[in-house]
Amino acid sequence: MLDDIYTELIAEHSRTPEHRHHLENPTFTERGHNPSCGDEITLELRVADDKIVDASFTGVGCAISQASTDMMIDLLKGKSIEEAQRLANLFLSMIKGEVDDETELEDLEDAAALKNIANMPARVKCATLAWHTLRNTLN
Amino acid sequence: MSNNAYVRDFPILNQMMNGKPIVYLDNGATTQKPDSVVRAICGYYGGCNANPHRGAYELSIKATSVYESARDKVAKFIGADNSCEIIFTKNATESLNLVAYSYGFNNISAGDEIVLTILEHHSNLVPWQQIAKAKGAVLKYIYLNEDGNLNYEDIDNKITEKTKIVAVVHVSNVFGLINDVKKVADKAHSVGAVLVVDGSQSAGHRPIDVKALGADFFAFSGHKMLAPMGIGVLYGRKTLLEDMPPFLTGGDMIEYVEEQTTTFAELPNKFEAGTQNVGGAAGLSAAIDYIESVGFDESERIEKELIAYALPKLRELPYIELYGCDSKFNNKTGIITFNVKDVHPHDVATILDAEGVAIRAGHHCAQPLHRYLGVNATCRASFYLYNSIDDVDRLIEGLRKVRKVMHLDA
Repeated sequence: MLDDIYTELIAEHSRTPEHRHHLENPTFTERGHNPSCGDEITLELRVADDKIVDASFTGVGCAISQASTDMMIDLLKGKSIEEAQRLANLFLSMIKGEVDDETELEDLEDAAALKNIANMPARVKCATLAWHTLRNTLN
Repeated sequence: MSNNAYVRDFPILNQMMNGKPIVYLDNGATTQKPDSVVRAICGYYGGCNANPHRGAYELSIKATSVYESARDKVAKFIGADNSCEIIFTKNATESLNLVAYSYGFNNISAGDEIVLTILEHHSNLVPWQQIAKAKGAVLKYIYLNEDGNLNYEDIDNKITEKTKIVAVVHVSNVFGLINDVKKVADKAHSVGAVLVVDGSQSAGHRPIDVKALGADFFAFSGHKMLAPMGIGVLYGRKTLLEDMPPFLTGGDMIEYVEEQTTTFAELPNKFEAGTQNVGGAAGLSAAIDYIESVGFDESERIEKELIAYALPKLRELPYIELYGCDSKFNNKTGIITFNVKDVHPHDVATILDAEGVAIRAGHHCAQPLHRYLGVNATCRASFYLYNSIDDVDRLIEGLRKVRKVMHLDA
């Protein structure tokens, strides 16, 4: 079970998150927080012509929340807002266990690696923090 | 003590967690319940249930007797003079809110000071923040020495002529360190302030004598000392309670109700509005019996033995950072708070869970303390009288795997 969660890929994203830094002149800055465990992130997006041109995050949290955020940002860059919303919904459905079709989940790229969190109720909030924060920003 | 005999009284611990025999080390959050407590709750609902204080029939009188004898037992358990000083609540949080809203709201004015310690659990902090805000009072904090104990000089600095309430935790739920409450009480009383003690982590672990502590109010939860969830206690000095207005109002707490006015019942009923948790009180009574049958000498010996065994083992692991573990054991209950270097506590807890070991990860409802320590979150292993040396070995064994699972060590 643990090996399905703490994969090399997730360890990599959480240890050296490529996107953990501030953006210059972000269009949106949104804070997300899990009061029960203390994880907090700040998501920064630069949007132009309905497209996410750049994104980054800062904050602290467990490996799952940090990796999930980093992988989400990988995915977001260059996407339209509409597409980003679709992907956030797809990710959240995957974590709820509503979507488990591998082909459908391919759209999530690296983030599909968090699929098994659906079987770990205690860690669902960690995996979804960034995606809920994204949804709040875009809505 | 690799096989602790008391564990047999706790059938829930005879189960697997993730395919391994469960090691339950989250007693700071809630303890398990012995068979005798579960039987007492079943016995109440199976044989004595009726609404106490109301019915003129035998079953109601039985229920009243269960409830009131539990109150007498609690009074004795914490050294209260009079059973009317024992108010049943649902937990320590409700007890502390009762003090804040009934005593605090009516005795605090703009410019007055409320003094807390930085160790406080949110339950003894947020209510006082609310009162301070509503009344324009000043909230001050007593800080710590390097070893996590209260800085006693700071007590003298922070408690002044303007201080009306001092609220202090008896045993920190993060460090397990036992505060010298008497010292705080003496200072508080010397300026005419009242002392509110959060005993959530001390009741059931060490003998309590509210008078020797100098506590004007003392709050604790049943569920952290073998009793069921949903029953808690507030002790208050009779003269204080008598002058306080009710917290909640409604049935059973009245004397005469007119269309426009109401007079209130005597203590303790004045503070117990509506039908109370009588089954919970029966469980609490059985929990006290169990704790007393083991004896505080014995339970304290077990906690100390586990701490004394665990700490050197943890110190052998170069990646473990300990908090509040520097002072002597005689000042500490069975709580060890730590971090695994470069691993978030939540990940540590998940990895230990897979090994069948239950610990707590997070801020333990003490965010200001964690900010003061400069850490986001910590892991906490907390022992109780049914834990064994084997449990500690399983914890250590699990911790040895953490960094490997996280791909940090080979």
